Amino acid sequence: MSNLLVFVEQRGGCISAVTREILSVASCLAKEFGVELHALVLGDDMLASSSDELTDYGADRIFLAEHSDLGTYLGETFSSVIVSTVKLGDYRAVMFPATAMGKDLAPRVTAMLDTAMATDVTQLEVSEGELEITRPVYGGKVFAKMRFTAFPAVISLRPNAFSPKKSSGAGHIKNIEVSLPSTEGHRVKEIETLGRKNLDVSEAHSVVSGGRGMKEPANWKLLEDLRDALGPESALGASRAVVDAGWRPHGEQVGQTGKTVAPKLYFAVGISGAVQHLAGMRTAQTIVAINKDADAPIFSVADYGIVGDAMEILPILAEKVGQLNSEEY
Amino acid sequence: MEIIVCVKRVPDTETRIRILEDSSEISSEGVKYITSPYDEFALEAGVRMKEAHEPVCLTVLTLGGERAQENLRNALALGADQAKLLRGSITMDGLATAKVLAKEIDSTKPDLVLFGVKAGDDDQQQVGPMVATLLGYKCATNVSNFEIHESVATCQRQIEGGTEVIELPLPAVITVTKGEFEPRYPSLRGIMAAKKKPLVTKDVEVPESRLIMTSLEYPPERDGIHMIEDGMDGIAELVQLLREEAKVL
Repeated sequence: MSNLLVFVEQRGGCISAVTREILSVASCLAKEFGVELHALVLGDDMLASSSDELTDYGADRIFLAEHSDLGTYLGETFSSVIVSTVKLGDYRAVMFPATAMGKDLAPRVTAMLDTAMATDVTQLEVSEGELEITRPVYGGKVFAKMRFTAFPAVISLRPNAFSPKKSSGAGHIKNIEVSLPSTEGHRVKEIETLGRKNLDVSEAHSVVSGGRGMKEPANWKLLEDLRDALGPESALGASRAVVDAGWRPHGEQVGQTGKTVAPKLYFAVGISGAVQHLAGMRTAQTIVAINKDADAPIFSVADYGIVGDAMEILPILAEKVGQLNSEEY
Repeated sequence: MEIIVCVKRVPDTETRIRILEDSSEISSEGVKYITSPYDEFALEAGVRMKEAHEPVCLTVLTLGGERAQENLRNALALGADQAKLLRGSITMDGLATAKVLAKEIDSTKPDLVLFGVKAGDDDQQQVGPMVATLLGYKCATNVSNFEIHESVATCQRQIEGGTEVIELPLPAVITVTKGEFEPRYPSLRGIMAAKKKPLVTKDVEVPESRLIMTSLEYPPERDGIHMIEDGMDGIAELVQLLREEAKVL
């Protein structure tokens, strides 16, 4: 009986969007395999308040690991709790979000369990009775389908690659005993966040991304207006050129040496579409390119394109999008 | 202080990737190979630590084929003191690679091991933290900047929506991302000196991969671009299409 275990990313009892996405696909897989879906929550407080939502998204068993030292993420403490939990059960797969935390945590867990891991997976299926994953390689130019010969299979899932879907699980809750290894001077000193308006580009449903074609930093106001018009699930992105020029922070950079994003909607404004940039956004569901240069390579991957002056197009676009959204109310 | 930087030889992103007939490998014909871009940040970090904390022995290490010597010579030209090639096969199974590297690294017990946060070919992002776990070293990943003071590394970790400042007592593994450590160009003097620096080759056995690739596919063809006319009407049409056709608004 090889169950599925999902590591839950949460803050103050609220589970993250990507966690809902993972639970949704895991719930489908669990049904196909005829096994249970288990969820593991780590934190220092209010863990029980996440259990209703976890049940709504398919969790049959919910393990709550509450400890005052689990309030802040630290690779060693989190991995030790996860590994103890995995060893107490019989799991076919352990799933993580491919976020900064997940990408730090999952490899540690894999090494401790002496198993194999696939990162940044965009598809998960049952094929011939086995778990098969699909993940992008070579900067997203090619997709690899893979299977595991080691178990539990450790998998990290790309945010926004899977749709959240409710499906009630059995929801049995169990509080687990936590005993943590000493961390010997390894500690988080502080966390600096960019502020409330700044949803990370890798988590956003819509991305408004600007490049050199925006001409100067002051013009970013136009991109911000479009982002605001698109709603709270939107974020700004940037090309390497404008980050290197100091116009935008590195956290916004999309591309080979920046972030890889897979939003529903990606606006590439004043971005030529160099291969290194494409590596970071080519799996976006819908790509809109706005560029003065009709020969810009970005037009070869975009779904929609306008050749024109971004500075003139952006305000009109923001207004029309805003109107559309206000028609809802 | 002893520092080891691990690098990987990968195809250049500019390269056109073609899948071979049997669809589980890519063609190496006409492919240009480079050192993985993130590994260049790690190497730069290693060289700067060396400059700041002499005496330091900076070793560059790679697992790969014979041609990886080229990448090692480049690293020596940038400032590494010595290089080691572990000749063996690489797969997408990060733990197989990590076991081989960890065994080699453990034989010298360095204070600091640096990796790029991910490799430019398989993007698996596993080997660094796996090596740390196997060695029992502390580890911080996705670090854009760090400093070492009295055997403690203070690192800036890039997380969603911000930066985390984390302190790690050495020995430690740090995986480096873009930020402070913009790579330098090798000087002519560095290139000449590299020819005389030690480069050792050793054959190693790599454990079998426990990830089996069943196929490689190109991404689904996008339908082809729908060009919209510039101007008020065109933009209005675009918004309608995004709402009704693409269903993303």
